[in-house]
Amino acid sequence: MIPATTFASLNWSLALPEIFLACAAMVLLVFGVTRKADPQREVSWLSVLVLAITAALVLAQGGDKAQAFAGLFVLDGFARFVKLMVLLAAGLGIVMSISYLEHEKLSRFEYPVLILLATLGMMMMVSANDLMSLYLGLELQSLSLYVIAAFARDSERSTEAGLKYFVLGALASGLLLYGASLVYGFAGTTNFAAIADVLTRADAAKPPLGVVFGLVFVAAGLSFKVSAVPFHMWTPDVYEGSPTPVTAFFSVGPKIAAVGLFLRVMAGPFAPMLGQWQQLMVLISIGSMALGAFAAIGQSNIKRLMAYSSIGHMGYALIGLAAGTAEGVHGVLVYMAIYLVMNVGTFACILCMRREGRMVEGIDDLAGLARTDPLMALALAIFMFSMAGIPPLAGFFGKLYVFLAAVKAGMWALAIIGVLASVVGAFYYLRIIKVMYFDADAGAFEPRPAALSAVIAGTGAVTTLFFVWPAPLVVAAQAAAATLFGG
Amino acid sequence: MATIGLFHYLAVAAILLTLGIFGIFLNRKNVIVILMSVELMLLAVNINLVAFSTHLQDLVGQVFAMFVLTVAAAEAAIGLAIVVVYFRNRGTIAVEDINLMKG
Repeated sequence: MIPATTFASLNWSLALPEIFLACAAMVLLVFGVTRKADPQREVSWLSVLVLAITAALVLAQGGDKAQAFAGLFVLDGFARFVKLMVLLAAGLGIVMSISYLEHEKLSRFEYPVLILLATLGMMMMVSANDLMSLYLGLELQSLSLYVIAAFARDSERSTEAGLKYFVLGALASGLLLYGASLVYGFAGTTNFAAIADVLTRADAAKPPLGVVFGLVFVAAGLSFKVSAVPFHMWTPDVYEGSPTPVTAFFSVGPKIAAVGLFLRVMAGPFAPMLGQWQQLMVLISIGSMALGAFAAIGQSNIKRLMAYSSIGHMGYALIGLAAGTAEGVHGVLVYMAIYLVMNVGTFACILCMRREGRMVEGIDDLAGLARTDPLMALALAIFMFSMAGIPPLAGFFGKLYVFLAAVKAGMWALAIIGVLASVVGAFYYLRIIKVMYFDADAGAFEPRPAALSAVIAGTGAVTTLFFVWPAPLVVAAQAAAATLFGG
Repeated sequence: MATIGLFHYLAVAAILLTLGIFGIFLNRKNVIVILMSVELMLLAVNINLVAFSTHLQDLVGQVFAMFVLTVAAAEAAIGLAIVVVYFRNRGTIAVEDINLMKG
């Protein structure tokens, strides 16, 4: 039975960062509406400030695992770690889009507000402790993202991207929800801890069939959100069609949050069914790595190439989940943090590809960049080497941790396939470097906006120098992974 | 007369869900039909939730169904808005014409 609730027993202060973010987003919306000239620039910087304050609030919440809102919401080290990554991704995403929106005459203040709301949804997702809060967080995120995918509303490509994303996203939400309803029906509860209890008491070899069906549907819905094979079909089109800063945000923020949610759901309520979902994760992971490696080879549009690259990266990250150990989760968290940095850097470079007042997106357009803008070519080369996993750059360590976790869990085959896929994948990353350094000049780009240069310099430095002092990230990720498994 | 039990409700919901999924993939004519199929899937879920709620004598399922209804309304609003901007750009909402990008 539901115990009598008082205001204090809700423990609402655990959700303080989310509450602050929600209120701030609405205040900024009202602020934008009351201005005569469109205040995109002001609202954008204020949004970055709001995200910074939210991150400070998240950091200030120490302490062990605690629940709020009658078990709907959970706060632990894992949630805090993923929330900080999501907030960083959103902040960088807004900073990178300001000058783009002005150039492309898309300067509307709703853009940063929508990103704030999507971020709120992501924070709810990673703190979900119940199928209901999982669904609501996921939908808040998705609904905001559908709108910003179609944000360039006079562009045929952007609206088509928004439409495709919406239709396939709604399908995935429907599948996930159907799975959630089956789990509720056959486990008798929607609370994660209670589901885990029911499944632990059930015979491990034969869990209730309805819950197994539900698990498969939930896993399918979540694989869609992380764009893992076989639910990846939307990714290349949406990445290509959306405005470039939106693509940059899509490739990090929602991915990190969805991977966080994936980890929480699989290692939480469904942990007793490890045997059932482990095979599923291995297949999804191998499929994603293979598709990411082979399908990207023939691409000529760099945003499309990054879409396949991100599918491949999700495959590597899911190796850690497939391992099904705290070490695997640790690997995933490190991988996602490094992926965040190098992907944001790459997209900052792509956003600098502007010639004669228009964005260009072909890989050929990068030709001769080493002579026209040697610094940007160097940075992009660093990101590409890092994505290919070449030591001593950060990307190598990300892969190292997940592969090690797989090997320790006895999954040699998976680790070997991962290494092979990253060798194949290195081909198209190296092709970009070859185009930049050895092909005939395609002409200089317009000067880089200062904010983008700063982002490129920062992410480039982190990617290059990660090996000098990896301890803070690795230790924090380890602590976060431990709280997820500590129960 | 056989009584209508949980199984019957689950069967109806499963049929509706399947219809919704097929409606999305087999339909080549109109995007509005896809929006309707999405709603159909969500309603199938609601039938499931309410049936389970009665069967388990547990209110959570009905609360969940309320949330699903609310989100479905928001989702339909956003979907229609995107369809409208798409129509303004292309002058058509036929599914087979949504092909600027291959994939």
